[in-house]
Amino acid sequence: MKLFWKTGEPYVLATGAALAIILVMSLTLVGVVMTNGLGYFWPKALVKYELKDGSTALGQITQQEKNPISGICRFQLKVANRDVLGQDFRWIDEKEISKSSQPAEAVLLERREHGNYFGFLQGVTAEGLSLTGATPYDKLIEARKLVSGKLDDTRKIKKQMSDLNNSAEGLRLKIQKLEYKGSEQNAAAISELTAVREKKMSEFTRLNEQATVTLAEIGKITAQMTDVAGGNKDISLTEIVALQRPNSMSFFAKCGAYIERVRELLLDDPRESNTEGGLFPAIFGTVMMVLLMSVFSLPFGVIAAIYLREYARDGLMTRMVRIAVNNLAGVPSIVYGVFGLGFFVYGIGGSLDSLFFPERLPTPTFGTGGILWSSLTLALLTVPVVIVATEESLASIPKGIREGSLALGATKFQTLTKILLPMATPGIMTGLILSMARAAGEVAPLMIVGVVKLAPTLPFDMNFPFFHMDRKFMHLGFHIYDVGFQSPNVEAAKPMVFVTTMLLLAIVVLASSTAIYLRNRMRSKYTTSTF
Amino acid sequence: MSQAIEKSGSEPILSVSDLNLHYGSSHALKNVNLDMGRNQVTAFIGPSGCGKSTLLRCFNRMNDLVESARIEGSIRFDGAEINEPSTDVISLRRRIGMVFQQSNPFPKSIYENIVYGLRISGVNDKATLDEAVERSLKSAAIWNEVKDRLNDSALGLSGGQAQRICIARAIAVNPEIILMDEPCSALDPISTLKIEELIEELKSKYTIVIVTHNMQQAARVSDVTAFFYLGELIEAGVTRKIFTNPEKKQTEDYITGRFG
Repeated sequence: MKLFWKTGEPYVLATGAALAIILVMSLTLVGVVMTNGLGYFWPKALVKYELKDGSTALGQITQQEKNPISGICRFQLKVANRDVLGQDFRWIDEKEISKSSQPAEAVLLERREHGNYFGFLQGVTAEGLSLTGATPYDKLIEARKLVSGKLDDTRKIKKQMSDLNNSAEGLRLKIQKLEYKGSEQNAAAISELTAVREKKMSEFTRLNEQATVTLAEIGKITAQMTDVAGGNKDISLTEIVALQRPNSMSFFAKCGAYIERVRELLLDDPRESNTEGGLFPAIFGTVMMVLLMSVFSLPFGVIAAIYLREYARDGLMTRMVRIAVNNLAGVPSIVYGVFGLGFFVYGIGGSLDSLFFPERLPTPTFGTGGILWSSLTLALLTVPVVIVATEESLASIPKGIREGSLALGATKFQTLTKILLPMATPGIMTGLILSMARAAGEVAPLMIVGVVKLAPTLPFDMNFPFFHMDRKFMHLGFHIYDVGFQSPNVEAAKPMVFVTTMLLLAIVVLASSTAIYLRNRMRSKYTTSTF
Repeated sequence: MSQAIEKSGSEPILSVSDLNLHYGSSHALKNVNLDMGRNQVTAFIGPSGCGKSTLLRCFNRMNDLVESARIEGSIRFDGAEINEPSTDVISLRRRIGMVFQQSNPFPKSIYENIVYGLRISGVNDKATLDEAVERSLKSAAIWNEVKDRLNDSALGLSGGQAQRICIARAIAVNPEIILMDEPCSALDPISTLKIEELIEELKSKYTIVIVTHNMQQAARVSDVTAFFYLGELIEAGVTRKIFTNPEKKQTEDYITGRFG
């Protein structure tokens, strides 16, 4: 036994065990997120319970647990119909149930407001539409198809309206500027601009009326629903986002519905204070913010590291700077947020506003949180990582390589750009990967410098100058916090929390693996020889 | 010492006089006086830490990279003072090439390794570069081994091949002097032999200064040998005389292996 300890084997085992524990922990993390997140979109059966007190309930089973005292099972049922019942969920004890069934004709409607509606379709009121479908459900689907063209038209009109609104706003600002300069001298220009603006506004009003009329027309087409208790409700077609009959769907139909939901998640806008619908703006915001952050922190960090390692004389000052840089990486991120607010937003942003956008004041343009300030704040947060990684990789290049280059008559700068930087690139990439992962997951500082719950517009669109650095944006990390803790219906939003977490993990993994792939390609090109 | 040069019958290309070098508080070279003749091979021998590599690195001002180094005295290259602050170090290093103890090919292709010195001096003409590659690889006796894989990474070469690539890289810029800092100490005997043969051939075109630990090597390749001990130049002279009939007792002791 003593010999066994002496060989050192136990210590090797201990190192292996430590690694195993870490592996298990990270796999569990991913596993928990995946099991909770992936199942969310699968169409669950609608179960109808007849209870002993004579009432009925229709819903999807979301949880099942045993009463620890009586040992009787109880179900958590998502009954939806929030506008009728007041809440989405209820608990039902097994012993209260007299009969359960899965009615094939039960319909799930996803609505634009008030969450889902579970019930039975009685018919479709279709003014001006001739529907040929045999059953009410077929008729409803037919009606939806018929009006989808009109809905697309209204969407186009809405787009035109927003463009008009944009240019009218631009004109308003121009007029404002002229008025500030002196309304008498510029009276002619002002009246000219006002005329143009009036024209745009009247066009806007006309389009708005047109859209309202179309929508009202479609709104007259309703699905006549009854819920399980017998209550009637007419739901307008414009309200319905999607519908399905989960109890009579085949496996493949369910797969189709699943894929459709994933597509919606990735590409659509959120609804219902973010608890329903898609995450596209948040995904876009996260990715754009991280990329913008890299654009700022990478060159800045690399150049600073080059100076520290290659040019600065190794003295007290350099050592202090190095310590300061290392400590910066350990400063709580919220501190950076506060700094960003004070320095970037109020300081620089405020000055930019008074210099370039005085006509918009007191409404701030850059003097409020936005994607630019968020990226810069996170760049500050991650720049120490890049500096340390770059310094390490420059330091690890053998002395002989530098001397070899210098001895051939290369200047220090030539040695740096032609030999050292290419060789240090894999290490720099490692730093970039770490900083990107950190930036993608950071939430606290962003809440102060530009992330919002719901951004009406993306920071990139087709209106000049395409990238709108002053705009606020949505972020997956903040989305998790918001949906999980701040939404009006936390219980209903829980699955969304896992789905968002999964997406955030996926984005980080995707970004890192791209960078790792690039790094490995470079590494195979620039490895130093060993013989 | 001037006697030794006279016997070998050529003008000195490098001449060191009263050279002192300090690394911080340690006195690494003490009052060194030495002349090196054109198209000769001069070997520096001596035990580790005797200052022979330090002296070699003075010739192309590589000691500039060491912050604590302080140099006094004079080194004249073709009559011009090297240690002047006004000396153009870049052009000096182009005229005095160097080969290091550890072969240090750059992580680039063989071709790019050879043309590196030319490229950084602004030569980008393809024909000139091609010609320089072939000439210097042939001079370094490695053309036949690598001519079919000039675009492969130089990192895939064996130690001996890599060292000859480094020599070719030094030759490519047409230097006048090639400094070799223990070029064979990391190599096997066969590669060592190849490098020694190469030195024999290069002698006709270039002046070579070689630092070596291996006394047989010094005896085989050099015309003049200088023996250093604890930062002092003990004795310098025609190689045959140093190895058969040294004037100083310390030299004799070292050569016969009584210390070192």
